Amino acid sequence: MPDPIGYRRPDPATQPPYDLPTYGSTRPRHPKQPLVRVPHTLSEVTGPRMSPAWYAPHDDLSRHNGKEALGERIIVAGRVLDEDGRPVRGALVEVWQANAAGRYHHPADQHDAPLDPNFLGRGRVFTDEEGNYRFTTIRPGAYPWRNHANAWRPVHIHFSLFGAGLAQRLITQMYFPGDPLLAYDPIFQCTADEAARNRLIAQFDIAITQPEWALGYRFDIILRGREATPFEDGAGAH
Amino acid sequence: MTAATTSQTAGPYWHLIDFPEWADLLRPDGPNAGIEGGERIVLTGRITDGDGAPVTDAMVEIWQADPEGRYDGAFHGFGRCGTDANGMFRFVTLKPGPVPGRGNQTQAPHVVLTLFARGLLKQLVTRLYFEGEKLNETDPLLQSIEPARRGTLIARPTGTPGEWRLDIRLQGENETVFLDV
Ligand SMILES: [Fe+3]
Repeated sequence: MPDPIGYRRPDPATQPPYDLPTYGSTRPRHPKQPLVRVPHTLSEVTGPRMSPAWYAPHDDLSRHNGKEALGERIIVAGRVLDEDGRPVRGALVEVWQANAAGRYHHPADQHDAPLDPNFLGRGRVFTDEEGNYRFTTIRPGAYPWRNHANAWRPVHIHFSLFGAGLAQRLITQMYFPGDPLLAYDPIFQCTADEAARNRLIAQFDIAITQPEWALGYRFDIILRGREATPFEDGAGAH
Repeated sequence: MTAATTSQTAGPYWHLIDFPEWADLLRPDGPNAGIEGGERIVLTGRITDGDGAPVTDAMVEIWQADPEGRYDGAFHGFGRCGTDANGMFRFVTLKPGPVPGRGNQTQAPHVVLTLFARGLLKQLVTRLYFEGEKLNETDPLLQSIEPARRGTLIARPTGTPGEWRLDIRLQGENETVFLDV
């Protein structure tokens, strides 16, 4: 059996460190020993096949039990591509978020903001043949956290992605354009590379916006690409 | 070419995408229903931080081969489990077989563990191997790790038949070996 083609290593400036003093929870949780680099084997280049048959899609977070959630309805759509611009097909995309008031439907969230019985704040979609995904939700609210004095998380939606292989597994957050809290948020500010940071901000998109219904935002997500190999050129490379 | 999207922490509220039954890969109504053969095992362990405190809000995922060592067979080798109030995780699965490595090498049976949590801006990845497995002595990854730290990847039997335990220490004494995948 030929060796599997590995995934490229990310540019460290585009990915966060484990130890980030401005984000207090990293202090007791970051490894102090260097990570051991693994040459990619089948264990890293393969990943779970997430079939809609076992993981039922749920693309409308804006209603629950047939009732409308409170807040500003929005559509979030985009493409999941790899670093070479190829669509990642059939990728499982999970999302979770706070409600319009900035409160999660979660027992650990004790923020003094109202819960909405019609908003659970979780969804699951799969990308199509072109890597497109799309879901309808409510624009979440900002919420306080105790990281530092007067700390507020910018408005965000959490994203979890399963690509083709374990090495493509990604959890990230999508932010909204023009949010003044971005400048104060150590989690958003975690990368040295400003362009990488700004790619976490969705773009308002009039083409996704539906008249009389909901504003649309575009958020494209890039998963790691495969290492180049001499066999990569012709057709049939995979 | 655009660089891969920046990782961000899963934070404390990822339970919204967790379904506790996913920790049982052999659940009767799950993707492995009806799969015959293999040895049923339980994988458990406790996650602690650099202060020795249990990590009670970690999301643990496993990825593993089937009992024949295949990733492309019918077996769905994925599970997800949140740690409990004591920092414990627990999966029910089938014991994986040996998996091909690079070149002509063979990898000892192992399960890939991926950890997400508040305070982790990107996931931590490690592996669980099984104590007493002959192939451990020639496993390329285990052998590449200094002997004093190798044991942090090796689960031991708990005494309950079929149950294996591997504790994970994020930081400090006996820190688990984490992998740059
Ligand atoms: Fe959040």
